[in-house]
Amino acid sequence: MQKKVFQLLVDNNPGVLSRISGLFSRRGYNIESITAGVTADSRYTRITIVAAGDDVILDQIEKQVAKLVDVRDIHELIPADSVYRELAMVKVRAHADQRQSILATANVFRGNIVDVSIDSLIIEITGSQSKIDAFLKLLEGYEILELARTGIAGLGRGTDNVIYLDD
Amino acid sequence: MIGAEAIVKCLEKEKTEYVFGYSGVAIDPFWNKILDTNIKSVLIRTEQNAAHCASGYARISGKTGVCAVTSGPGATNLITGIATAYADSIPLVAITGQVNSDMIGSDVFQEADITGAVESFVKYSYLVRDVADIPRIFKEAFYIASTGRKGPVLIDIPFDIQNAEFPGKFVYPDTISMRTYKPTVKGNMVQIKKVIKEVEKAKKPIICVGGGVHLSNATKELREFAELNNVPVVSTMMGIGVMPTEHPLYFGMVGNNGQSYANKAMNESDLLLMVGARVADRAVNRPDLITENKVMVHIDVDPAEIGKNVGPTIPLVGDIKHIFQDFLAQDDHADDHSDWIATINEYKKTALSKAKKAAKKSKYVEPKEFITKLSNAMKNDAVYVADVGQNQMWSCAHHIVKNGRFITSGGMGTMGYSIPAALGAKLASPKKQVVAVTGDGAFQMSMMELATMRQYGVAVKIVVMKNGYLGMVREHQHFAYNDNYSMVELKGDPDLSLIAAAYGMGYAKVDGSSDLEKELKSFLSDDTSALMEVIVDPKALTK
Repeated sequence: MQKKVFQLLVDNNPGVLSRISGLFSRRGYNIESITAGVTADSRYTRITIVAAGDDVILDQIEKQVAKLVDVRDIHELIPADSVYRELAMVKVRAHADQRQSILATANVFRGNIVDVSIDSLIIEITGSQSKIDAFLKLLEGYEILELARTGIAGLGRGTDNVIYLDD
Repeated sequence: MIGAEAIVKCLEKEKTEYVFGYSGVAIDPFWNKILDTNIKSVLIRTEQNAAHCASGYARISGKTGVCAVTSGPGATNLITGIATAYADSIPLVAITGQVNSDMIGSDVFQEADITGAVESFVKYSYLVRDVADIPRIFKEAFYIASTGRKGPVLIDIPFDIQNAEFPGKFVYPDTISMRTYKPTVKGNMVQIKKVIKEVEKAKKPIICVGGGVHLSNATKELREFAELNNVPVVSTMMGIGVMPTEHPLYFGMVGNNGQSYANKAMNESDLLLMVGARVADRAVNRPDLITENKVMVHIDVDPAEIGKNVGPTIPLVGDIKHIFQDFLAQDDHADDHSDWIATINEYKKTALSKAKKAAKKSKYVEPKEFITKLSNAMKNDAVYVADVGQNQMWSCAHHIVKNGRFITSGGMGTMGYSIPAALGAKLASPKKQVVAVTGDGAFQMSMMELATMRQYGVAVKIVVMKNGYLGMVREHQHFAYNDNYSMVELKGDPDLSLIAAAYGMGYAKVDGSSDLEKELKSFLSDDTSALMEVIVDPKALTK
């Protein structure tokens, strides 16, 4: 099994996300994360999908998704030529005596504290999936109360693969 | 003008001849406005068959079939028909009535989320939210259904939208350009030249044709190419009829229900052109054999089919008609493969000599012999519609296609397809003889359409292979469960002579003592509906 990150440009139609996620579930493809948001041109939505499978499956995923009527473009975001980011919010149990060490760890990872209560903190952290995984590993000594990860969003580097939307 | 008038105007613009369907309040505005047009409506007897009728019509006319039903149960009943069309890539536009827009999602009477329910069986679906979108949506729907890899498109139209005033002047778009849907039509010239080189090099080339050749209306080009280069041809179930059965270059159907010599020839070839076929499990159960020691060229309009089941040496995406026109233009000299053809003919001779000969005297009709005799009695350009089950296997193996068509539900294997599909096929070509061959199981799933045939005066010849069993599954239980039969015996079958009489149809019954030629000649002698009951041994097997 290997992972690939796909970037999709789709028509911003009602139900487009369910058409894409439905295709993954009915064909039994593994989806690790999916993120979607409207682009600068409101006719389109950009979707980033992380999928897992062998070469044949990953090739089929690309072709079957491309076949959907709403999909204008799908291509792989090759790691060397792309930038990926994920955002995570972690709510950790933090009593007064634990707070300093948690804050120190968060600082190393450039995390932001977005909520503080008597016995908890919410840390917001952005980065590659491996950075977030590493941060969460360091928090294992504490009690993680809640965790929300967005899944990755990505873009290719430079202007080579930009699709101009003025048709 | 209201929405429903806009819908029928769209159908007029698409030159729709027939709409097959069923009524219900949620689709009533549409059926009301269709009265103002020359479009003929056909009231079928259960919604599933509306899609099957439209499918039979589409396959014979080459146009997009249209069906329309009401919301809720009408729409859900249609699903099997839509899925059947999807599996065989048949172009349909299915229109469903829906509850009022502001009620959607509140589980009111006869509400069903049909666009959600058919998501995995349609090429695309629409829920119309604004009456002004009707012309664009219909233009897109017909375009999507009939281009690229064809298939069903569903349009769900709420009752209030059908009744809403259409704003401004009705304009049906002449042309269409969709930002996100642009199927490939022309094949890549570099790949085409590569294939032609391989054809010239090959010592043992073979073409395997699938349903895509019919869908692309490319039988003429394909035959011409095979004849020019003396390339033998085999077919999948959906590709039957691309070549006349008795053509010297044609060697039958491949697959686990096909001819052994067809499989052998395909596996031993050094160049295989797979044309408009999915390489699905029933046609090719060991994909490794069709790529081993050979160049495999996969030609399909759907890029996702290429590499799905088998990795070809040369992929070629595009419409088959265009590609074979390009092949013919590029290929400047004929090839001779008479040694290779002689080898396959030897395989065929050996296989046929091993075939079991039927016992001479029996009270039953020998099904294989019957199908051959039926074919011989049929007209040159007749349409033969096989149902699903043993009758389908016997039909595939023994029906002789001359210059007509052979149609059946291949991908989905939907029982009860043949009678409604034959009805649609007959309306598409009223001058042609249309024969539906079915079993006593599938007949009872679709016999309500005898009323539709009578109501609209559609003359279809129906052959019921009667053995009192769901024969195909009985055959499976014979092998898999040592004759321990469960859920396959059809006790309580109706008397078919009375059924035929009840619907005012001609009737004939043949058994082992009948003179089949004479009976068939009289059965097929005129252009009226008739039913022939063929008494088949329940123990008869397809293999």
